[in-house]
Amino acid sequence: MKIIVLVKQVPDTETNIKVGDKSINEAGIKWIISPYDEFAIEEGLRLREKNGGEVIAVSLGPDRVQESLRQAYAMGADRAVQIKVDNYVPFDTVLTAELIANFAKAENADIIIGGRQSIDSDSSQVVIQVAEGLGIAHISFAVSLEISGTSVKATKEVEGGTQVVETSLPVAITAQKGLNEPRYPNLKGLMAAKKKPIETKTPADLGNPASKIEVVGLEPPPPRIPGRKLEAADAKGYAEQLVKALREEAKVI
Amino acid sequence: MSNVLIVGELKDGELKKISREITSAGRKIADALGGKVTALLIGSGVEKFAGDLGAVGADSIVTVNAGDFNAETWANLVAGVIKDKNPSVVLVPHTSQGKDYSPRVAVKVGAGIVADAVGLSVDGGKVVAKKPIYSGKAYGNFKVTSPIAIFTVRPNSQEVVQKAGAGAAEAASPSAGDAKVKIVSSDLSGGNKVQLAEASIIVSGGRGIKGPENWPVLQGLADVLGAALGASRAAVDAGWISHSHQVGQTGKTVSPNCYIACGISGAIQHLAGMGSSKYIVAINKDGDAPIFKVATYGVVGDLFEVVPALTDEFKKVLG
Ligand SMILES: Cc1cc2nc3c(=O)[nH]c(=O)nc-3n(C[C@H](O)[C@H](O)[C@H](O)COP(=O)(O)OP(=O)(O)OC[C@H]3O[C@@H](n4cnc5c(N)ncnc54)[C@H](O)[C@@H]3O)c2cc1C
Repeated sequence: MKIIVLVKQVPDTETNIKVGDKSINEAGIKWIISPYDEFAIEEGLRLREKNGGEVIAVSLGPDRVQESLRQAYAMGADRAVQIKVDNYVPFDTVLTAELIANFAKAENADIIIGGRQSIDSDSSQVVIQVAEGLGIAHISFAVSLEISGTSVKATKEVEGGTQVVETSLPVAITAQKGLNEPRYPNLKGLMAAKKKPIETKTPADLGNPASKIEVVGLEPPPPRIPGRKLEAADAKGYAEQLVKALREEAKVI
Repeated sequence: MSNVLIVGELKDGELKKISREITSAGRKIADALGGKVTALLIGSGVEKFAGDLGAVGADSIVTVNAGDFNAETWANLVAGVIKDKNPSVVLVPHTSQGKDYSPRVAVKVGAGIVADAVGLSVDGGKVVAKKPIYSGKAYGNFKVTSPIAIFTVRPNSQEVVQKAGAGAAEAASPSAGDAKVKIVSSDLSGGNKVQLAEASIIVSGGRGIKGPENWPVLQGLADVLGAALGASRAAVDAGWISHSHQVGQTGKTVSPNCYIACGISGAIQHLAGMGSSKYIVAINKDGDAPIFKVATYGVVGDLFEVVPALTDEFKKVLG
């Protein structure tokens, strides 16, 4: 079973973001694997442990993403591949998906797993676009997954609840929280990961897809409506003031 | 010619608010580009909504008769209508369903896509989509350079504007194709009465509610306001409520008009999910809690006293 796990490197949530003209200022940013992709890596490893095969961790970006790939190695990935793009249009999901789909096709992958969304763009697009590019099934927001032979059974989160779905390999999956608990890489794994090779592919190796997105510009978040703490003698006083503020000032209720 | 297609969404046979929101947004874009707005509705008996969407700016409604939602077949249906109508701009709800089929549609029709847009404007004949990035710590403006541009639009981000369009209904029957994924069973009992991600008011509780037995305190307020019930991760991890209620980076992103945070400290991962709420009310015992930095109205007090008083007060004024 050949399993591709998608590993996106994103700024740590706690990192302060400084907005540049068309991108963020990367100085001082701490990079992490997008949290949902950790569920994807874990699931890939569990599937391999149960069914055999190999787990290939793939990350797209400049050389700093190798650090995330080493972490995937430390968790237990068998191979790591950097799709080396230095100046690509961030958040062009179609371009990203086309590169990954072309890689997956060349590898003849059975399973592609990524997070339900990356925490820098919240797009929820890439994995399903890869599925479409390959003409294969997809299951989004998976909270459980069972694969035996070529049959796939999963529970996915849907609006208002969950659904049990079935399909057969090949399949693309997006991991939702609850799918598993990602393991921590241990020290031995981390040391070993330092020496493992990272394969690189360039866009030219993968069909050179064209970008479909243009960044017009970045800006800081809009200012919030200035807030204030209410003053009252008791709970009833607070309640009266809040109702008045929400109805007459904010006009939202 | 720059026509706009919006793909509406239904829930239990009723038109969702997001359908009107994106029709109005589509109308604004079409007016700026000199084109028409077509609204697509998939389902059974959906013709009856032609007037509703006409009233908020749709020139015509294309209806496609179909059964239950399946991402693959819906992607085929939507792509079929796009190929037939050839719009240059397509607006799709950024909802569970929209996120499930829109990626396949984009690839099928060779379109670039910007997901989770909260602002749509027109510049030089192209739509500029604004979206929060990096957990809302920055906003990006993007154009799509391919002939067809798709945008998924965050619920509650667009104003509904009454503006008469013709609203003429026309049936279409593009090929649904076969789905590779079969739905075996559905369990829709665990969710909110009001959908969290699309709710315009949310009452949310954190570790400060002390235990699962106290949800009725918040549910009482939510019921009076027709609000959805949200929760912090601390409340979910403690096992007090299911993950489907969690707001935040590893929960749902919400953008209600009003978010009432009760006993929630306002950790950055929580703010990542609700920071774009228009008005934020914080009720917290600790006057130094970070939630007060984003709150429009802050109450330093005990939620067990303030929330019931608030429920009573709203009951009084809302009848
Ligand atoms: C990778 C990662 C992802 C995460 N994702 C999320 C996420 O999606 N969503 C999320 O919410 N968190 C998330 N977190 C967790 C987050 O960091 C915080 O731990 C969490 O939000 C805290 O929840 P809380 O505010 O309910 O609890 P606490 O921080 O414990 O705050 C409880 C608050 O209640 C107040 N309080 C207590 N009693 C009362 C009372 N009687 N009346 C009024 N106020 C009272 C206290 O003053 C306090 O401010 C994530 C963390 C990590 C590391």
